[in-house]
Amino acid sequence: MFRRLTFLSAGFVVAAGICSPAFAYMVYVSNEKDNTVSVVDSTTKEVVRTIDVGQRPRGITISHDGKFIYLCASDDDTIEIIDTATYEIVGSLPSGPDPELFVLSPDGKTLYVANEDDNLVTVIDLESRHVRAEVPVGVEPEGMGISPDGKSMVNTSETTNMAHFIDTETNEITHNVLVDARPRFAEFKPDNSEVWVSAEIGGTVSVIDNASREIKHKITFEIPGLRSESIQPVGVRITADGTKAYVALGPANRVAVVNAKTYEVEKYVLVGQRVWQLAFTPDQKSIISTNGVSNDITFIDVATDEPIQSVTVGALPWGVVVSPN
Amino acid sequence: MLYALILVVSALLWATSLSSAVAQEPSNALSDKTAKAEPVSEIKLGYLRAYAPQLALSVLDVPPRDEGVAGAKVAVGDNNTTGTFLGQKFTLDVSEVRPDADVVPAFNDMVSKGALYILADLSATQLLSIADLARDKGVLILNVGATDDRLREEECSANTFHTAPTRTMLADGLAQYLIWKQWRRWVLIYGSHEPDKLFADALRRAATRFGGEIVAEKEFTDTGTARRTDTGVVQIQRQMPVFTQGFPDHDVMLVADESEVFGTYVPFRTWMPRPVAGTAGLIPSAWHPASEQWGGTQIQNRFAKANGRRMLSKDMAAWTAARIIGEAATRTQSADPEELADFIRADDFSIAAFKGQKLTFRKWNWQLRQPIFLGDGRSVVSTSPQEGFLHQFSELDTLGIDQPETRCVLK
Repeated sequence: MFRRLTFLSAGFVVAAGICSPAFAYMVYVSNEKDNTVSVVDSTTKEVVRTIDVGQRPRGITISHDGKFIYLCASDDDTIEIIDTATYEIVGSLPSGPDPELFVLSPDGKTLYVANEDDNLVTVIDLESRHVRAEVPVGVEPEGMGISPDGKSMVNTSETTNMAHFIDTETNEITHNVLVDARPRFAEFKPDNSEVWVSAEIGGTVSVIDNASREIKHKITFEIPGLRSESIQPVGVRITADGTKAYVALGPANRVAVVNAKTYEVEKYVLVGQRVWQLAFTPDQKSIISTNGVSNDITFIDVATDEPIQSVTVGALPWGVVVSPN
Repeated sequence: MLYALILVVSALLWATSLSSAVAQEPSNALSDKTAKAEPVSEIKLGYLRAYAPQLALSVLDVPPRDEGVAGAKVAVGDNNTTGTFLGQKFTLDVSEVRPDADVVPAFNDMVSKGALYILADLSATQLLSIADLARDKGVLILNVGATDDRLREEECSANTFHTAPTRTMLADGLAQYLIWKQWRRWVLIYGSHEPDKLFADALRRAATRFGGEIVAEKEFTDTGTARRTDTGVVQIQRQMPVFTQGFPDHDVMLVADESEVFGTYVPFRTWMPRPVAGTAGLIPSAWHPASEQWGGTQIQNRFAKANGRRMLSKDMAAWTAARIIGEAATRTQSADPEELADFIRADDFSIAAFKGQKLTFRKWNWQLRQPIFLGDGRSVVSTSPQEGFLHQFSELDTLGIDQPETRCVLK
């Protein structure tokens, strides 16, 4: 124990000596198969803590002030609230059955949850911890994206194959846009102009115009030596300046770097096995991928799009979120 | 040697492929401008089923009363959830006949009530008796039960789509795994009924195809022995070692007993301590009740909640068939049978069915390409195609009779 501590602190000194004084963020990774959340220091890239959580943790997000992690404990039919100061579970939210993925409103007051087994999106008021509305959607709702202006959110249903646009004022569906098979994720552009929806089995990312609610472009992927069937887009993240997008390609073991203006794929970054979700560090210097089958996460440098380091976490890492401060 | 060759081919493919990101214009992207459902159009599905209570060697293997039908019902429910956004309503009419009965009256009755998409869970003979009728009436048949290769080969039909895998697909899926394990020497024991012999043929073909060697064969004749009785078990325990005595050394014992006469009794009772595969031991199938991969947990949960039991292969074949109709109706936003049929027959048609990749039809005989699960009673051991078995068009076409070999002429 003492030796390990010494080693750790020595490592820290070295890292601190070489690097510019980058701020350490905490990276939180939900591990679907061993019911834990791994806490990784973004500077040392070490697992600093493993939190025991509920069953089948998947979707994970964090409050805007960084004080609370929200975690979908899918098989416990609840959303757990974890205090980031103590790493204790301090409460839960009435999520409805089998919560898989959710999104926090830009004002931080509302959580929109996809209930996979019940074909519902549950709208939860975070202050009162009450369900404000339930919106019936298609079969196997999963992907959840919210426009930066907070006016509309998009849910994707994996078997219905639609992106459902929901007006956050009325909590009613306004548009249903058919996309390719098994839509997994919805990500708005920072300027509210577009929503990008990945289709895992379809192998595409549909770019939906947020004004007309029509598909204006479909991005496809080709990797030498790989069958098109093994290219399965899941997580999508777009940089804050709206110029570049990252798309996790599942069993293709790569993250695609896409020019968000021309929709051209510029690069494929080899990470770990079965890449699903992605998260930027708040300074946007790194993006982190969860690699489910190889049980690790990979830090990618956003300036060079080179993989920097992979860190072993728990079993079947699913989601990832980074502390805002 | 074979494997080494495959690796070389794979390396070549890697080297010669071009790296390019394809920017594709949106193709027939459908977007529904308003969330308000249009006037409801009804799409009627029928499930035509040959049913009689069936015996099994193990009580765990007795088919559930609603096998297959339960899968179709879940899919119709899924289609209806989607249908609420598009003004489409799907119904399912179930009709049962005896396995040896004339199925034509039941078929005509179903069609006269408006079902233009019939999920057929029938014997090959019964299915053939309605294939031409269906074509003349513009009815699509989706075969969810019969694994007979002849229905996709010399007796294929332009109006019959097959979501159930064939015996050759199942046998090839198993054989690929045994070859991957380097367990190449096989002994084949098979039952005396027609389906057993057909599966034995498929296993022999798989051996030739993938480099397995069947070092000996033996038929187990059905003499009408008791099944789950005490004396039956005692006798079998003594019979099986003797029956499997005297074979040359082998890696695996293959069993072909679709008729449930002896297969379940083979594992752990063989003369030599050898793994068993085929219809007992390691079993190839279209689905496994314990599959959780590729979103499988979701359909398994949904199915279990609706039916109070686990999902079986025939349930999955029926779910997929009913979803194919749903998918066509959603994408075309139509209930017109011709439009739906054209959509399903189109080059780019595919369906997602929790098997890790999109499933497409073989256009030369309307067989659905699909991975094959290999499982024991408890869990999924592997899925085929196995790594390294390559194909110039689709690796899924390494399973079953491929286009160059097909005897199907669609009409």
